[in-house]
Amino acid sequence: MNLTHYFSLSLSAILIENFIFVKFLGCCPFFGVSKKTDTALGMGVAVTFVMTVASAVTNLINTYILKENFAYMRTVAFILVIASLVQFIEMFLMKSMPSLYDSLGIYLPLITTNCAVLGVANLNVSNGYDFISSVIYGFSAGIGFTLAIVLFASVREKLEYADYPKCFTGFPIALVAASLLSIAFMGFQGLKVF
Amino acid sequence: MQTYVFPMLILGGLGLFFGLLLAFGSKIFHVDKDERLDLIIDALPGANCGGCGYSGCAALANAVLSGEANVNACPVGGAKSAERLAEIMGVKAEPTFKMAAHVNCRGGINAKRKFEYDGIMDCVAASKLAGGPLECAYGCLGYGSCVAACPYDAIHIVNGVAEVNAADCKACGKCVAACPRHIISIVKDPLDVFVSCSSHQKGAELRKICNIGCIGCMLCQRNCPTGAITVTDNLASIDYDKCIGCGKCVEVCPRKLIIDAGEHVVKIDAE
Repeated sequence: MNLTHYFSLSLSAILIENFIFVKFLGCCPFFGVSKKTDTALGMGVAVTFVMTVASAVTNLINTYILKENFAYMRTVAFILVIASLVQFIEMFLMKSMPSLYDSLGIYLPLITTNCAVLGVANLNVSNGYDFISSVIYGFSAGIGFTLAIVLFASVREKLEYADYPKCFTGFPIALVAASLLSIAFMGFQGLKVF
Repeated sequence: MQTYVFPMLILGGLGLFFGLLLAFGSKIFHVDKDERLDLIIDALPGANCGGCGYSGCAALANAVLSGEANVNACPVGGAKSAERLAEIMGVKAEPTFKMAAHVNCRGGINAKRKFEYDGIMDCVAASKLAGGPLECAYGCLGYGSCVAACPYDAIHIVNGVAEVNAADCKACGKCVAACPRHIISIVKDPLDVFVSCSSHQKGAELRKICNIGCIGCMLCQRNCPTGAITVTDNLASIDYDKCIGCGKCVEVCPRKLIIDAGEHVVKIDAE
């Protein structure tokens, strides 16, 4: 495992196999929290943090506790880890960063049900990543998520002033915009050189 | 044995571990939370309209708890929520008045236009174009920015002028903020009389451009028995602390723009 491997790993998680635009994971917060760039960025940072720590902890649990014998318990155990992590972060933020806690509001506990977090834990296992690769993959996936949601939020802010047919108001035009962004990200497939 | 006991042990162990971690964490990161906070949030309307000046009902609840805001700070909940908050906080609620928004203009179809405006139907946009389509620089444009801003459907355009339905108005102040002319104010309701004009233009000029605006003739000021009305900058204003609601000014006003709150719409022929 050398530096090139880690670089290609993170590049693929951020651009080539972006969690939202290519894997279509975590679409709920992607559409729910993307009305404003500020909140989108906050959500992205929180998700990145949870994904990184969740990747590390689930990797340890999978390698040392579950192993191959109890592979069927992965989902249950991973969800347990993610839920506890989010709960822990919530307490930590409430104590040390109350302003960030207030601005994230309901979206903080909602990270628990974000399928991208469980997705990254499962992908780590199915791709057979070791501990460091898992952490890097989790972190990069979070960065990819943040990139996608912030890009989309800025597009949606511009959409407010766009001239489109009235019947597309709200979610329809957001879905169209998301699909166009998704197509744009398909262009990164060509980067698969490493 | 392996099939049944191990999974139970593993999951039970994990659960216990994370449970202990969280229990431990909640001790370390313990934040003192007043249990009255939830009670206060329940007692507030929960509209999160921001009419109190705080960013939402939860923010107001915090302010009430810290003594920063009064128990009657919520204009939407009014006396009812003030009473419940006072009960929770253990203080006595001061009597509150119902507040409502009022549009200080009756121009609309009575006001002369500079040009026909055919742009975006929004007051802010209209006011940006050569100072607005009205000759009067103070009058209500009637494109309904306040109507769009009102979360309670209490304000409508009647005869080209925004009109507040005081019964529906919760005095949240959204329309006050939305109006580019700044002619909406929050006043006590029911209010006995109010001056329905905002123009500071001289009488002679104003006569040419509006059939109803205040010309600053001073009749109301001279006839008020308690000295509650003063005319400054060609516009009458009423000091409600002194006003006894005798209705004298309503009688003497030659432009019929000082009106009873009872009869909201003044009927004047627009020619």
